Amino acid sequence: MSVSRKTSADVRFLQGNEVCAEAAIYAGLRFFAGYPITPSTEIAERLSDGLPRIGGRFIQMEDEIGSLCAVIGASLTGAKAMTATSGPGFSLMQEAIGFAIMAEIPCVIIDVQRGGPSTGLPTRAAQGDVMQARWGTHGDHAIIALTASNHQDLFRVVVDAFNFSEVFRSPVVLLLDEVLGHMREKIRMPAPGEIELTERLTTSVPGGVDYHPYFPREDGRLPMSDFGGVHRYNVTGLVHDMWGFPSDRPDVANDLIHHLVNKIENRAESLLRYREYHLEEADIVLVSYGSAARSALHIMENRRSVGMRIGLLELQTLWPFPEELVRQKCRNARFVIVVEMNMGQIVREVKAAVENPQRVFLANRVDGTMITPTDIKNVMRIIEGKGV
Amino acid sequence: MPHIWCPGCGHGIVLGALLRAVERMELDRNNVVMVSGIGCSSRIEGYADFHTLHTLHGRALAFATGVKLARPELTILVPMGDGDALAIGGNHFIHAARRNIDLTAIIMNNQIYGMTGGQSSPMTGCGEYATTAPSGNLESPFDAVELARAAGATFVARSTTYHAQELSRILERAIKHKGFSVVEVLSQCPTYYGRKNGKGDAVEMMKWFRDNTVSASAAEDGGGKTRVGVFLDIDKPEYTASYAAKAAGGARVER
Repeated sequence: MSVSRKTSADVRFLQGNEVCAEAAIYAGLRFFAGYPITPSTEIAERLSDGLPRIGGRFIQMEDEIGSLCAVIGASLTGAKAMTATSGPGFSLMQEAIGFAIMAEIPCVIIDVQRGGPSTGLPTRAAQGDVMQARWGTHGDHAIIALTASNHQDLFRVVVDAFNFSEVFRSPVVLLLDEVLGHMREKIRMPAPGEIELTERLTTSVPGGVDYHPYFPREDGRLPMSDFGGVHRYNVTGLVHDMWGFPSDRPDVANDLIHHLVNKIENRAESLLRYREYHLEEADIVLVSYGSAARSALHIMENRRSVGMRIGLLELQTLWPFPEELVRQKCRNARFVIVVEMNMGQIVREVKAAVENPQRVFLANRVDGTMITPTDIKNVMRIIEGKGV
Repeated sequence: MPHIWCPGCGHGIVLGALLRAVERMELDRNNVVMVSGIGCSSRIEGYADFHTLHTLHGRALAFATGVKLARPELTILVPMGDGDALAIGGNHFIHAARRNIDLTAIIMNNQIYGMTGGQSSPMTGCGEYATTAPSGNLESPFDAVELARAAGATFVARSTTYHAQELSRILERAIKHKGFSVVEVLSQCPTYYGRKNGKGDAVEMMKWFRDNTVSASAAEDGGGKTRVGVFLDIDKPEYTASYAAKAAGGARVER
């Protein structure tokens, strides 16, 4: 018997953290700065070897604060740049995330979530940083945060993160968790060119002509000029005018804050990534994301096999929160169960989005072990008054 | 030129000395990046026609490390305050020195937090006064020269705003030096440090710099005076050059 083998496909068996490193290089990553922290360290290890081979640069900094600062500095020279960390390091990066938001510097931050608060459960899974990704840095702002539940999607979402960071000139947060980061799974590596890449939009203004680094085009994008190029300009974390120079004029401050929020919130639709399973006829809707969505998918299939009308909405874009999508998909549900590994972070957003928040319930787990299909089934039984 | 510094502040003299050094060197301004942190000193970058990056308190050297590693051919100037460089940024300072990355760190040391109104800094002397040391500072200051040397910097100097001409020449040497260069500049803050400690006006403070400094070649204790000049100028492998050489060496041999 002959077995036909497709040799063209590049199929591998990788850890989620390794997928992140490979996908980042695919997306054009040329600079990584990071600090060792479980459960994200494999990303740094792989890139310390991979980046110099392709003309990129890797540096292990003295802490996570310095890591994101170096990433921002490198991005200003035109390099696609990234860091990776876990909860404690993500906390340390918050001030620099605000700088990247304010100065509109593209960069990607991977947070492989562990149990918290504080040192918490370094080698265990949790999804406790969802709200920190949204509101961790001080001041009003918008942010983009993405996640995925399997390695094939993760590859795509990492590339999306780089693309979005360029389009929106914004930091993009990737929220993984320990299960995704360390789990090994089959992945078909996308061929070069298979996923479209967004490159840095650089100004067409020639040298010697005034360039306004913070003057948006009609489509909202702000063309950049690399440090070391022909345009010398100022970058600051202070409120600034279109030249990049500090200003405390109320109209300048007002316009800037509205710009920073609106450029993302008003184009949230273009950032929307999700998967849906059997929602059209579902009267029970599960809403989940990240590794928790794997258990949600499992129990959905299991319950459908015994005739229940149950579907799953798996969110990949967490911020900006896809309010309208959630409202539409949950409209006909008898009840909605949000499955997440925290004390209830996305469930609040779901409650705020749907027409009947009293029908939204939480299935969660915060003991460092992955939420199981049975955990979700038990919540369903409690809701239906059946006991567990 | 209108600026944010108080009358008599020494920071403008540092800016002048630095710009003269760059001009003498005939550097292409498109190849010069100035990275600063937060504080009175860090607003220096807003008055310079380079690529200028005004970052976070204490983090200038970390941002500068990213710029330099991504574009090693650029000249990077990193002016910082004493609190900026040695308190909140102290860790980045010693690690940039340890790496011997080719940055020029300029510590504008006025011995006080000026921007926030005169609090004690890691360079405020023991027994001196500040708004957070109302009965005299209990702590001892760093010796920035010894700190830089011990951490691995390969060019280390100290000067003052009184010695503006010499300062400019030292800055030129620091910029030309391949490796991590540190120039500490004693800079007067008559508004807070001077007033709190009875040091007189800007002119008197600069005269104090004149009368209380001796050459770096003097005995280690300086006879009770502060030693100024170049303390260290040595060659060691520079980080970005080592990185480039390693990367060019091709793939690592698999074991």
